[in-house]
Amino acid sequence: MSIELTHISKAFGTYQALRDVSLAINDGELVALLGPSGSGKTTLLRIIAGLDTPAVDPRSRIRFYHEDVASRPAAERRVGFVFQHYALFRHMSIFDNVAFGMRVMPRKSRPAKNEIERRVTELLRLVQLDGLGRRFPSQLSGGQRQRAALARALAVEPRVLLLDEPFGALDAKVRQGLRTWLRRLHDEIHVTSILVTHDQEEALEVADRVVVMNQGRIEQIGTPEEVFHKPATQFVMEFLGQVNVFRGRVQGGKAVLAGVPLEGHYFPGKEEGAAMVYMRPHELDIKLYKNGAPSFPAKITRINPAGSVAKVTTRTNDGQDVLVDLSLEDYERLNLTEGTHVHIYPKSSRVFLPEYEI
Amino acid sequence: MVDGTEVSGGRMSVTVQSLPGAIPKGSLVETNLAGRLRLATDERSWVKALLITSTLVFLTLVLFVPLAAIFAEALRKGVAVYFASFTDAHALSAIRLTLLVAIICVPLNLVFGLAASWAIAKFQFPGKSMLITLIDLPFAVSPVISGLIFVLLFGLRGWLGPWLDSYHIQIIFAVPGVILATLFVTFPFVAREVIPLMQEQGSDEELAAVSLGASGWQTFWRVTLPNVKWALLYGVILCNARAMGEFGAVNVVSGHVRGKTNTLPLHVEILYNEYNFAAAFAVASLLALLALITLALKSAVEWRVRREFEQALEPPT
Repeated sequence: MSIELTHISKAFGTYQALRDVSLAINDGELVALLGPSGSGKTTLLRIIAGLDTPAVDPRSRIRFYHEDVASRPAAERRVGFVFQHYALFRHMSIFDNVAFGMRVMPRKSRPAKNEIERRVTELLRLVQLDGLGRRFPSQLSGGQRQRAALARALAVEPRVLLLDEPFGALDAKVRQGLRTWLRRLHDEIHVTSILVTHDQEEALEVADRVVVMNQGRIEQIGTPEEVFHKPATQFVMEFLGQVNVFRGRVQGGKAVLAGVPLEGHYFPGKEEGAAMVYMRPHELDIKLYKNGAPSFPAKITRINPAGSVAKVTTRTNDGQDVLVDLSLEDYERLNLTEGTHVHIYPKSSRVFLPEYEI
Repeated sequence: MVDGTEVSGGRMSVTVQSLPGAIPKGSLVETNLAGRLRLATDERSWVKALLITSTLVFLTLVLFVPLAAIFAEALRKGVAVYFASFTDAHALSAIRLTLLVAIICVPLNLVFGLAASWAIAKFQFPGKSMLITLIDLPFAVSPVISGLIFVLLFGLRGWLGPWLDSYHIQIIFAVPGVILATLFVTFPFVAREVIPLMQEQGSDEELAAVSLGASGWQTFWRVTLPNVKWALLYGVILCNARAMGEFGAVNVVSGHVRGKTNTLPLHVEILYNEYNFAAAFAVASLLALLALITLALKSAVEWRVRREFEQALEPPT
């Protein structure tokens, strides 16, 4: 266990940014803190770095490798922090930026001049900026700047690397490239890392584990697969990817949607009540005719086949829009057009009962 | 690439052709765009000529002629008289006092300006907007009023005067008064230059430095100060020019004691009132020279500051 946070709260004035959050991160893990803006993820990151302090609470602890660092200032925590807008020192060359952390060390622990030079060169090679050490930040592209910032953070051999929306200011293409690159880099150097992002795709693709946050609380911690396929709460279900939400009911312990019982959702002891039914677009199928399996009729209102799947928007008889992802083969085979009357077949679904969540 | 667009140093600068013929045929959009821009921004040549001429005439009347007159009048009685005006004991004492005032006021206001900018740009605290307004106060009030405030405070009939007098401390009509008045009048110069730049730059770099293990002192010397050094120098140049040239406030508190509390601008006035025109203009030429040097330094530093500002404003790409 390399990082342990217990009972962390934080308020800014009347705004409660974090509500009693506890989190443990394993050695060498890459964890993503994922949530909408205002969910408290960046505040949590800054508290770990020591750039912010948690609310006073006798139970609250911040431990790095079993050592309590809560009272240590940021400068003594040995964290590498990567900012969304890079925060490179604009008047220093890239080389000097990377060397900064070593040069400000106390004289007795500071590496010798040629040792600093060797390590900076090595780090620049690691982040694929060899030969650009003499440039200034303004002479680099956004992606290069962020890699330089990463090298600078790694130069102090941090116990933990903290990345605050590191790709948030980059355009989609560069972002995708850097994401893959970051994952490869992490596999190479294995430094415990925490990545803050509001981009679920980024979190699911890069992280070993994802911490989904909402309104200052942790909603779920799990592998990308777990949070995507087994969301613990309605929030996680709705936040990760697109989802269709239906108002269903529970009748005699079974979930029922529009009179059709849903397979696999049983609530023993619950006779009658409301239920929220969630189905992702890829968990629905479209057929032109009824085949006996549970289905509901709908009309196609829009088709967008530009992508790896055809995104079909339909409207049910009671006026609800339902999104369906159809494979391009199925889309062509069915010969769908806007206005076609079809039947929608749920392949799987998740049901959440208010005050009774599974 | 659109015709007439050039990329220089990573920044785009668009120059629009003013002649429609210079735009290649078949590029309708550019023709229209350039045509419209030309109508909107370019004036007829006679309008241009008129504007430039009237500006030049105005500048000649209020700037070039007076400036030339200073040097012409100063040298009217020959080079010997000109230089003799500086070696006069009272003139030398005025030069010394002016330098002393600048040497004391500029560093103090440098430190004050930097501290105020730091506080305003990097922290949130109650009364912050009030402080920003107060920094501009010396610009808002007449220098004569600034001088009077000190007379009211420290003069023999003022609030603190009798008490100070009982310890034989004289501030008004003495050197400390001159320094205090100058200090007050010149204190916004540095802060006004540095605050906007610091606000634009934010505190991310400082946070980065701290997270990399730098102490507060190291962060200041290695990150904060280098980031504002040109704006700081710009402020110092302006502050110095004003400290040496201030008349109004100093005039009220100095008491015109020859050889003791006269600064260069006051000395000029005295010489002039005594009909000693050659000497008055000679000393004035010294101040004019200072202004010219300041102007040259100012424009040299100005483009560096502008560059840093542009970099600070540049959206992260």
